[in-house]
Amino acid sequence: MTEVTELMRPEGEALNTKEVLLNLGPQHPSTHGVLRLVLQLDGEYVERVDPHIGYLHRGTEKLAESFTYTQIFPLTDRLDYLCPPSNNLAFALAVEKLLGIEAPIRAQYIRVMMAELARISGHLLITGALPMDLGAMTALLYAMREREMIMDLLEMITGARMHTSYCRVGGVREDLPDGVLPKIREFCEIFPNRIRDYERLIENNRVFLSRTQGVGVISATDAIDLGLSGPNLRASGVDWDIRRDEPYEIYDRLDFDVITREEGDCYSRWLCRVDEMRESIRLIEQCMEQMPEGPFQVDIPTIAFPVDKERVHCSMEALIQHFDLSAYGFDVPAGEVYSVIEAPKGELGFYIISDGSPKPFRMKVRAPSFVNLQALFGVTNARYLADMIAVLGSLDPVMAEVDK
Amino acid sequence: MTGERPVHLTAIIGSFGGAVENLGAAHGIYAFAVPPEQIVEFCRFLKEHPALEFDFLSDICGVDHYPETPRFETVYHLYSLKNKWRVRIKCRLGEPPHVPTVTGVWRTANWHEREAWDMYGIRFEGHPDLRRIYMWEGFEGFPQRKDFPLRGYKDKLNPFGAEGPPPTQPDLATNDIPQGGR
Repeated sequence: MTEVTELMRPEGEALNTKEVLLNLGPQHPSTHGVLRLVLQLDGEYVERVDPHIGYLHRGTEKLAESFTYTQIFPLTDRLDYLCPPSNNLAFALAVEKLLGIEAPIRAQYIRVMMAELARISGHLLITGALPMDLGAMTALLYAMREREMIMDLLEMITGARMHTSYCRVGGVREDLPDGVLPKIREFCEIFPNRIRDYERLIENNRVFLSRTQGVGVISATDAIDLGLSGPNLRASGVDWDIRRDEPYEIYDRLDFDVITREEGDCYSRWLCRVDEMRESIRLIEQCMEQMPEGPFQVDIPTIAFPVDKERVHCSMEALIQHFDLSAYGFDVPAGEVYSVIEAPKGELGFYIISDGSPKPFRMKVRAPSFVNLQALFGVTNARYLADMIAVLGSLDPVMAEVDK
Repeated sequence: MTGERPVHLTAIIGSFGGAVENLGAAHGIYAFAVPPEQIVEFCRFLKEHPALEFDFLSDICGVDHYPETPRFETVYHLYSLKNKWRVRIKCRLGEPPHVPTVTGVWRTANWHEREAWDMYGIRFEGHPDLRRIYMWEGFEGFPQRKDFPLRGYKDKLNPFGAEGPPPTQPDLATNDIPQGGR
């Protein structure tokens, strides 16, 4: 190719090349939200990428300092809005550790089940969106169909499709409604076949394969150095899952496999998520099997609303308790905690410093997408612009979580 | 959680020899305080010690203890993939707040440190690209400081902000912020 150009160039005249700066975003279908990438291009090659984030910055951490602990739950919904139950759970666990309490067993099963449903819903979007970024529209339509089934389940349980705010400190907001478990069972029966459908759509798609296999490879050492976590890290062959290695709630009673792959390319990151959805189905089924009867929140008057709402209407103490909790919140002992869960995107951590008041002194969210997005630096050097779309899609950042 | 872990951990970290202070364990995580000038050395020690291998940097965050002095603090959370241990390092900073960067130890520190600079005005010396990350270029003040009003300061774009003089940051003028990007 170079030889031809050499021949065609008139004698003595330099080839006119110049580096181009290209703005990708902030409004672009393949950036999965409001992300602006400033790309330095040399022809089709990306020489340097500079992500500009912050378009969705809402100051969650600053806001949290003026909210009571219960009021913070809706803020956590809006971090990774594809899977709010996970975020709720992470925050609730952190506060419970500070308080030194544990949710009742039934509540723990409910929360884990919800978190796994959320994981499927989060992974479904990327299962469909990555092929769509690369031109295969069909998978997204199928994935959204199944995601709608989960949305219906969430709506049935919590009353909201997206921003569920279902967890509370010391349990969940209310018990599972009648008739929801058969619906979830039905979903668990249907869904594995649907996963097979997605795979069949993609496995033989030559375009998708050639644009993802061997593209955007991140080695295990690089992945750890860049702080990747979750499926992105496991796709590079690092066998680490917080659900297994630092079990929280009742994960130590459940049987599941940690999915890892060796290649570390875009395709393996996609496959990892597809296989994780299968494991999530297993987990949900086990949760439903093992879930005991019992209370769905702790019976500590200073922390939780009266379980029996009727008491508020006929008992002065219950009324005061209800008013106090709503207006003032509850004091959390001074101290600090860093609590992590395996969110669909990776390690979701809440670092809370309490000064003994009903509002956190400092709340830091360790958002997995924020860290994962940095990996763009690690993989895109001197690759084609088109590859970068695949890499960005496969890292699965949710901009609301990146920007907090 | 194994019984021997804490003893093991504190013994090894004690062998570091610097001015490391053991702050004890809180909710399963041991915390250590280290002076800012030793932070890089200490992080490298934790990462490379064969018995510890804290190879994963989870998080770096700034904390504002206003009106206490020293006011600012950086907190590092590390994880060891091999041993499944977590550890917390705290670093109390002088005024104006500055601390050496740990981007040389973990590349992932880059954005965490940019965030702490943006929100708290903590300067990370030697950082390759210390720009604001969430707020726009030209924004004045550090919004997550305790003395920054929740709704910001009143100006023509923000009619609901707090009354008061625009924030003056004496340390901002003297900062030579590396101009990355364009």
